[in-house]
Amino acid sequence: MTVELVRETWPGKIFTVTIGATASEGGTRARTVTVGGHAALPFLPGDAPSPNRPVVAMEVMDAVPQDWPDALKSQLGDVMGAPADWARKCVEAYGAELICLRLNSPHPDWKDASPDAAVATVRSVLEAVPVPLIILGCGHADKDNEVWPRVAEATRGERCLMGVATPENYKTLVVSCLADGHLVLAESPIDVNIQKQLSILITEMGISPDRIVLHPGNASLGYGLEYEYSIMERIRIAGLQGDKMLAQPMLTLSGEESWKAKEAKLPEAAQPVWGSEARRGPAWEAITATSFLHAGADILVLMHPEAAAAARRAIADLSAAAATA
Amino acid sequence: MFIIGERINGMFRSVARAIRDRDAAAIADLARRQVSAGANALDLNTGPTGDDPAEVMTWLVQTVQDAVEVTLSLDSPRPAVIEAGLRACRGRAVINSTTGAAEKLDALLPLAVQFNAGLIALTIDERGIPRNAEARAEIALTIVARAMEAGLPTDRLYLDPIVLPVSAVQGQGPEALNAIPSFLALCEPMPHIVVGLSNVSQGAPNRGLINRTFLTMAMAMGLDAAILDPLDQELMDALRTASVLLNREIYCDNYLQVRTA
Repeated sequence: MTVELVRETWPGKIFTVTIGATASEGGTRARTVTVGGHAALPFLPGDAPSPNRPVVAMEVMDAVPQDWPDALKSQLGDVMGAPADWARKCVEAYGAELICLRLNSPHPDWKDASPDAAVATVRSVLEAVPVPLIILGCGHADKDNEVWPRVAEATRGERCLMGVATPENYKTLVVSCLADGHLVLAESPIDVNIQKQLSILITEMGISPDRIVLHPGNASLGYGLEYEYSIMERIRIAGLQGDKMLAQPMLTLSGEESWKAKEAKLPEAAQPVWGSEARRGPAWEAITATSFLHAGADILVLMHPEAAAAARRAIADLSAAAATA
Repeated sequence: MFIIGERINGMFRSVARAIRDRDAAAIADLARRQVSAGANALDLNTGPTGDDPAEVMTWLVQTVQDAVEVTLSLDSPRPAVIEAGLRACRGRAVINSTTGAAEKLDALLPLAVQFNAGLIALTIDERGIPRNAEARAEIALTIVARAMEAGLPTDRLYLDPIVLPVSAVQGQGPEALNAIPSFLALCEPMPHIVVGLSNVSQGAPNRGLINRTFLTMAMAMGLDAAILDPLDQELMDALRTASVLLNREIYCDNYLQVRTA
């Protein structure tokens, strides 16, 4: 007996967003990354095939937390403190399609680094790699508002994805992105209503809805994954139903969130039945990220090279399966 | 909600003048204003005209599709005029309208199939306007059966439960509303349900209030399309609010600030 596939069509479409700009487009990137454009839920054989598969970005920090897990230090210890080298390693050794540069140093409680220093870091990373950049602030609103305009100006025309815009702090970032041709990463606290509201606020400032990427909060396996998953799913369904304020590609910062879990980083010595943390940590990260693929994540930001490799394999397998059915 | 803007109709004096003078800019402006106010489709009705109505319909279609990219609702009692519109239409079209009368269905169902168009179907027939919800459902069943025979997918049907002026036939309001759920149960995939909204307030003062109150009541019963005036902002705000209350659109504090849902 053959099973008839249920084929679903939707009235709406997810916006297509291109990150990065080549020389002919006013930037310096050797290649750009395009996400979105979907007319159906992800990886469903028989439904409208997606023009752009999800991508894996790797996170690079200008300063690493003191208690960074050993499993990450063992892989990246040689480039910690050298963001340009770190970024180069992610692209050349681990195949990162994008670099997500997080500027922790400017935070007043961290290094209180100057906007000039942040600009220098961004420039060095931009020169070190040919791929497009995602640039994240330190999360301190006042300091981010000093840093963002300078970084946006220094990278004018590169079409970076800059974030995060929140309902409490979005105006300076949006103005900077408007002025210098960047894209806005809009973050809600795992809340579909606030996510929509933020898109409306951002577009009212004059940026078009196809220059926004959504970041619907932070969660990991065991720590709210299912909440974020269901919110992402609702966002994607609303977008496909025609709600243009929720029809943007989505990003998850799965690396950062996964390594906060004790299950990811506790040494084997402390909990022998859990097995080696060198395998457990990347697996935690990979499972978190690949779960979000099914809810419609377009950009996975990961830290551990093995997690990144596993996510890329999952994307390839899921895309191939959807295409052959 | 599938919103069909009603303003390009030769029954309006300014539109009649624009048609007579072939004033494309005036028609294009009316098309753009309705679309930017949230219309997903535009109704085109030549109205009474001294010229060949098929030629006028062709001109309206060409003028409007040069200005906006939306579905066109080709509104005429004459199949030949609708066919002229279908031939000129580059994008999606909806035929407005057939009834349950055999003669109408014979003429329009093949056109809907041939041109891959939607079909608005009024639940009236040779016997006139049905007196209650059950009689409406009976005609709706005939229409659905004929559509299936003709090979028109039932989700391309827009069944109209016939809205009459409250000032004239008050008892028909609940009959039209109660017909909606029975229409939805007729077939899979479900048909769409449409009304010509403004008819409910014909001859009454407070037309806007009556229109938007009836619209939200009908939406709660399952209405998912309407021919209405998208330039009536209070009406559109009520429509958006009903969409949110019915969980068809995601709520946020400033949901009214986005015109196109």
